[in-house]
Amino acid sequence: MRRHVVAVVLGVAALAALGSAAYQVGEAEQVIITQFGDPIGDPVTRPGLHFKVPFIQQANYFDKRFLDWEGSPNQVPTKDKRFIWVDTYARWRIVDPLRFFQRLRDERGAQSRLDDILDGETRNAVARYDLIELVRSTNRDPDDVPVEAEEERAILEKIQRGREQVSREILERASARTADLGIELLDLRIRRINYVEEVQRDVFARMIAERRRIAELYRSEGQGEAARIQGERERELQRIQSEAFRQAEELRGRADAEAADIYAAAYGRDPEFYAFIRSLESYEKIADKDTMLVLETDSELLRYFERPR
Amino acid sequence: MNGFDDDDEIRFRRYPGGRGGPDRFVRDVQGWFRRAMESRRTIAMAAGALLLLFVLANTFYQVQPEEVGVVVRFGRYIRTTEPGLRVKVPFVDRVHLLPVQRQLKEEFGFRTTAADVGRRTQYAPSDFAQEAVMLTGDLNVAVVEWIVQYRISDPYQYLFRVRNIPGTFRAMTEAVMRQVVGDRTVTEVLTVGRQAIESEVEALLSRLVREYEMGLTIEQVVLQDVNPPDPVKPSWDEVNQAQQQRDRMINEARAEYNKVIPRARGEAQQAILEAEGYALNRVNRAQGESARFRSLQEAYRRAPDVTRRRLYLETMERVLPRTGGRLIVDPDTRGIIPLLPLDRLRDGGASSGQRTAPAQGGQR
Repeated sequence: MRRHVVAVVLGVAALAALGSAAYQVGEAEQVIITQFGDPIGDPVTRPGLHFKVPFIQQANYFDKRFLDWEGSPNQVPTKDKRFIWVDTYARWRIVDPLRFFQRLRDERGAQSRLDDILDGETRNAVARYDLIELVRSTNRDPDDVPVEAEEERAILEKIQRGREQVSREILERASARTADLGIELLDLRIRRINYVEEVQRDVFARMIAERRRIAELYRSEGQGEAARIQGERERELQRIQSEAFRQAEELRGRADAEAADIYAAAYGRDPEFYAFIRSLESYEKIADKDTMLVLETDSELLRYFERPR
Repeated sequence: MNGFDDDDEIRFRRYPGGRGGPDRFVRDVQGWFRRAMESRRTIAMAAGALLLLFVLANTFYQVQPEEVGVVVRFGRYIRTTEPGLRVKVPFVDRVHLLPVQRQLKEEFGFRTTAADVGRRTQYAPSDFAQEAVMLTGDLNVAVVEWIVQYRISDPYQYLFRVRNIPGTFRAMTEAVMRQVVGDRTVTEVLTVGRQAIESEVEALLSRLVREYEMGLTIEQVVLQDVNPPDPVKPSWDEVNQAQQQRDRMINEARAEYNKVIPRARGEAQQAILEAEGYALNRVNRAQGESARFRSLQEAYRRAPDVTRRRLYLETMERVLPRTGGRLIVDPDTRGIIPLLPLDRLRDGGASSGQRTAPAQGGQR
């Protein structure tokens, strides 16, 4: 009976030892073995099943993946004294778990150190630049930008750095400060920039005023264009009518001249006879019932009236 | 004490039929247990069957058609398996199933309420607005809502390279959208620039996803509602209205133009044609008259005296009867003319007496 008990106890102890000696390292993990709190050997980064001295050695797990850091929104004035909320995020990872373990112990410590460093550097950078440098990334070719309103011309302002370069600058300065923490900063980006409440109100008021101006512009453009078309209509009308008149008069004149030439050519052959014939025609037209004729008997018509010979 | 009473009541309910109920239940259980204890083989078999089932359940796993399985042994990546029934080493291997074929979607600035009610409650409405409000390159403000459709394209990276993929993905998407919008005017963002923004965000996001080794593929970025901020909206509408007013005024002016000018052109044509008619008339008449004169003159030249007299007399014959009055006097008695009541000699003409004098003169 006692032998049985001993066997069972030994078995349990062996299982416990095995359980304590074996440890798993996942694909996303890296491990530092510590003995009574002292790091032993190199960090274990190869995933799979590993063994250590049971009970006296301890496995400390660290993440191997890219980790995220979310900045808390900061209210910061820019160099041109505009108050904005800046919200950043960053990506980092533990490249030197030993140093990380020594300096920061765990991720909670890391997050708070990153808060200090990144928030601080972000604030510094924002204060160093005008707002436009933080919002824009590139200089646009003025020909590509449809600018509708006066205030949109801000888009044509030349920027020196731009959002991406400012972000990179923050990253570089912060990287210098995180290097000895076993942390590598991979990327830092400005996630959001917003005006603080009071500034936003001013901006909205400005936008409204600008839109009104554009609306007025459109209306007056409409009126102007309508007036121009009206003017064009009037000119066109006058041109058409006067040209028609001119052409008609020219035609008439030419016809009159031609007629005159024709008459002259014909009548010129015998002007005296023409005068005679034409006079006779006129007499026919002139005489009407109101005409009182006094004829003398020695006239051409009546010369035989009294004297047949 | 109360607990006992409750138990009694439950038994009464399950075994209706008065006070004998609870006793019968206890007796049934005891009987079954005794019989089971009698056959140890049955127990062993049952236990064996259960164990086998457990092992089998841990050995086989099913990968759905839209998924792949990622097998991990002691935490180490072993392989990726395709859809179907698959085998793994029980208790040692673990499987992550990932829907790589499914198109996933993230919404920014709004949430689809019908599709996923549970998730909506996680966000306060003000947070949506915060996602959508952004500065444009001319330092104005626009409210941009958009969605990103993506797929898991590299299960290994997705599982093991990045922690908190959803949070990271949202943060970087917001950053990229703001970067792109930050390079454009508010008018571009709200009107003509949509397409360009979508494709630029898509390109930047794809690059960043690769850089971050997230194992995702961006399929599409689609802008949804893009608006000016609420307080500014009415003035944007006013601009639209003004634009329409402008177009209307121009159109009306054009209509008026079109009403007048073609008609004037027609009328001009008419005047010219009329003048042409006049010209034809004039020339033809001239030609006609001159032809007539020519003929007459030729005839006249052949016998001038007679013709001349004949023409004269014929004309006089036609003229004289049409006159109102005729007075034939002898040249010697010319002196009496002023004494004659010329008015009465005529048919009634009173006023035209003076016109006779030139007529008479013309005859000489």
